[in-house]
Formats: sequence, structure tokens, C-alpha cells
Amino acid sequence: MLLATSSTNVDILQYLTVFALSVFIGIEVIATVPSILHTPLMSGSNAIHGVILVGSMLVLGRSSGGLEVVLGTAAVFLATLNVVGGFTVTDRMLDFFKAKPAAKPVETEVAK
Amino acid sequence: MSHSTMLNAAYLVAALSFIMALKGLANPKRARSGNFIAMAGMALAIGVTFFQPFDEHAGTGHLHNLIPMVIAMVLGAAIGIPTSRLVKMTAMPQLVAIFNGVGGGAAALVSIAEFIKLSDPSQPKPATYVVLEVLLGVLIGTVSFSGSAIAFIKLQELITGRPITYPGQQIVNAILGFASIALIVAILVHPTTALMWVLLAVSFVVGILVVLPIGGADVPVLISLLNSFTGLAVAASGFTLNNNLLIVAGTLVGASGLLLTQMMCKSIGRSLPNILFSAFGSAQTLTAGATEQRTVKQSTPEDIGVLLSYVQRVAIIPGYGLAVAQAQHTIRELADELEAKGIEVFYAIHPVAGRMPGHMNVLLAEANVPYEQLIEMDDANPRMSQVDVALVVGANDTVNPAARTQGSPISGMPIINADEAGQVIFFKRSMRPGFAGIDNELLFNEKTTLLFGDAKETLTKLVSAVANA
Repeated sequence: MLLATSSTNVDILQYLTVFALSVFIGIEVIATVPSILHTPLMSGSNAIHGVILVGSMLVLGRSSGGLEVVLGTAAVFLATLNVVGGFTVTDRMLDFFKAKPAAKPVETEVAK
Repeated sequence: MSHSTMLNAAYLVAALSFIMALKGLANPKRARSGNFIAMAGMALAIGVTFFQPFDEHAGTGHLHNLIPMVIAMVLGAAIGIPTSRLVKMTAMPQLVAIFNGVGGGAAALVSIAEFIKLSDPSQPKPATYVVLEVLLGVLIGTVSFSGSAIAFIKLQELITGRPITYPGQQIVNAILGFASIALIVAILVHPTTALMWVLLAVSFVVGILVVLPIGGADVPVLISLLNSFTGLAVAASGFTLNNNLLIVAGTLVGASGLLLTQMMCKSIGRSLPNILFSAFGSAQTLTAGATEQRTVKQSTPEDIGVLLSYVQRVAIIPGYGLAVAQAQHTIRELADELEAKGIEVFYAIHPVAGRMPGHMNVLLAEANVPYEQLIEMDDANPRMSQVDVALVVGANDTVNPAARTQGSPISGMPIINADEAGQVIFFKRSMRPGFAGIDNELLFNEKTTLLFGDAKETLTKLVSAVANA
């Protein structure tokens, strides 16, 4: 979509826009999380930043040898650990929340 | 649609799925589906990445090095899945720390590789902001990596969970902080790989030194903060690699992680700067001499069993020690026995019982404790004065009345008012203080009786004592 020949100043502004909007979305979507979900949420977002695997694949796939291949391969390995480990741990945590009758959300903050 | 438009559209879908996933994870009913949505988005993003062109600008060729790439992925999955499946629930916090650390490490490696590419003399000199993005990726990713590693070592108790301090610590940390900023400025002016390696080394040391003085009880908050850092490092890589998906996902995690860290701080009644810089609980040897002369009341499981059989209301206050002793199933048996006698039982759950918020709920749910018996602290406290016996099992700091007085390291931390119950039975392995490393006045209270020994063994004896009473 973005051509390399386009002005890089436009690029950086586009990316900054995406960044700024993401900050607000990130805050907004979890603003009402109850405290019992703090740990699963942390673990789930831990898995999501495993998306660095995509970046690692691009770096490795576009490197033409030497140190970059070593760094890229190591990055892909670590990022894969992050992704699979993050999701599996989150899934195990959430396993205990499923099919609980009367699983009412516990809103402690509101009570005060 | 052109090839690259399709790839970008797939990334957009993945980015949206991550937003939906976070929204789901913040809601008890939808948390599980939230995690699945994120998995699906991740699978899509990884899958289409294989079809990225080799030459980003011309849009031609296929990715190279597919063999090492696939081997690294298979190896990562082969190690990651069994590890995360088999590790005990009590060790969850360590696992989250380590998986966060490797993510930070990957982000740092990506940025290092990009720096090497950028500083290739045959290429035109990159714009300053591009170099800055790369350097921020190196710095934040590496701090997250080494910090998480130390957090893991602390939680695994390979080194003491107590804060590790030395004279001039703050000054050393400040110098290193300034050194990394100075290095970044120097590299911006004169981008050489040698300086980048120095920055890498300094960041690594910063991560270690910042985490060392943080006490074990605060490590979960720290992991949340480092999780947020990794998100920001990923976002920085997104800027470098011109990849919107990495920017969105990384920023989402970075921003929501900061808010989550703030929330976790609130639930233990402390501020983030206080946790990071105060070396909580380090200077607590003052009272140690005094405690040795003080007496505590002790009893046997048999006697307590009889006592419990003739009361009306029992509150169980579980803590991390319960989880360590793997006694969550035994405590449920005890609750069952008591209920069979018509005694009302509930569990008073402190927001940070266990080692992370929500950790205790997970452990008790694993033992099939009915959800409605788990009462959160704010709802449990008004009921404590009507409770005949409070059983404190493996908890310590979360019932320490010192939190109500000024000048204690845990001042202001919300606690469960165990001392308002008619009697307090404390299950203790020893007189050793809790994670915060401070004495608990409640142990010396005249209402309090101690049961020494391994929580699981003592509880098993108590179950049969109640059954026979």
C-alpha cells in the first residue's frame, strides 16, 4: 500500500496516528476489568505482544546472511515461545472460570 | 486486490481481533472466547507473513531462510507448549514472567538486526527518527528481558524474594539511566554498531538492577509493568519495520498494561514509584530481636477440631502458603465437613491473595470450591465481626493489622479484618514473617491460636478431628 517513494514524513505521521489511537483503545477496552481477571488479562496481553513473531519472521526472511540470520532465528524462537506459552497459560487460567453457575462479575470498586 | 493489499487487510483483521480479545479478557463471561479470538488473529497474522515479499519496497521475491525459521518455530512450540501445560498452577506467575521476558528479548533482537541493517555503509544514512525507534526497541526490549529474568528467579526462589539493596543503589541506577539516554543521543549523532552493543549491555544491567530492590510481594505488579514495556518495544519494532499490526498490538498491550499496573497498585494500596524505588521491607530487622521473647498461643488440630464443631460461622482466609502446600483440596474437604454440621463457611479473598490478583480464585476453583463461597475482601470485611472463627491458612501480610498504622512498610494496604472475628486460628509453618518481611501483630493477639506445621498435613488432621467430633 505504502510506496517507498512516498515521503517518509507522511509515513511516520500515519504510524504516529495509529499509535495514538491504539493508546486510547488499549485503555478504553480494559477500563472496567474486575480484579479477579487481572492475572488472566495480564497473561492474555502477554500472549498478544507475541505478535513480535511477525516482526521476527520478517527480519529473518529478509536478511541475507551472517549475524542477521542468527539474530533473526533466535528472535523467531523466542517470539514463538512467547506466543504459544502465553496463550496456553491464559487458557489454563481461564479454564477455571468456565461453566460456573451464577458467575456474576465481582465489581469491588463500585461498591465503595 | 494486489498482493500487498491482501496482506495488509489480513493484518488489519488480526489487529481488530486483538482489540476484541482484550475487551473479552476484561469480562468474566467472555474472557475465554477473548483468548480464542486472539489465538485466531495470531494464527492469521503468522500464516500470511509467510507470503510477504523479500523486497519490501519492490514487492518481489519470497522470504528467505524459511528452513531456520520453521525449525525455530517448531522448537519454540515444542518447548513452550509442554512447559506451560505441565507447570503447576502455583508457578503461574513465574511462567508469565518468563514468557514476557522472551517476548522482550525477541523485540530487542529484531531491533538489533534492524540497526545492523541500517548502519550498513552501502546504504544511505537513515533518518534520525528511524534510528531512535530502533534504539528504543533495543533499550525497552532488553530491560524487559533481563528484568523479567530476575523476576522469574525471585519468584522461583532461586534468590531471596526480599529486596536486595546496597548503599548508593539509587545513585547507581540514576547514573545508568542517564548513561543509556546519553548513549542513545551519541548513537543518533554517530550511528555505530559498537555503541549499539554498549547500549545493549547497559540496558541489560539496568533491567537487572531495577528489579533487584523490589520485594517479592510486589513482583506481580512489576511483571505487569514489564509486560507493558514489552508491548512498547513491540510497537517500536512496528515503527522500524513499517508494520501497522505490530504498532497496534504492541501499543494496545503497552497502554492497557500500564493501566492494569495502576489498578494492581491500587489493590495493594501503594503507588508505582513507591514500589519501584522504596525497597519495601528491607529495613525490617529492627523488630526481630523483640519478637523472640514474645509468646504465642499454640494448639493441636484435635483441639481446634472440637472448637470448630461448636461454632456457627467460619471464615477461611487463604494465602499463598495454602497454594504452596497444595492444600486447596484439603481446605475444601474441611469446609465440606463443617457445612455437613450446619456451620456456615465462606472464603474471604484478598485481591492479592496468592501471588497475583485473581490467583487464589483460580486455585480454589481448581479444587471445586463453589463460586458463591468466594467473597471478595470489600464484601467480606463487614461480615468479619459476625464470624466466630477465622482460619488463616498460609496468609500473613494480607491480615496484618500493621497496615492500619502509620509508618509501617505496608501502611495503607487494604487487609482482611481477621482480628474482628471471635477467634483467629493461624496455620503457620514457622514464625518466619510473610513475603513483605515484617512481623504480624495478629500472631500475638490474645484471640489468636497457632497451629504449626505443614498446612496440608495440619488440615488433614483437622478434617478428621472435625469429622470425629
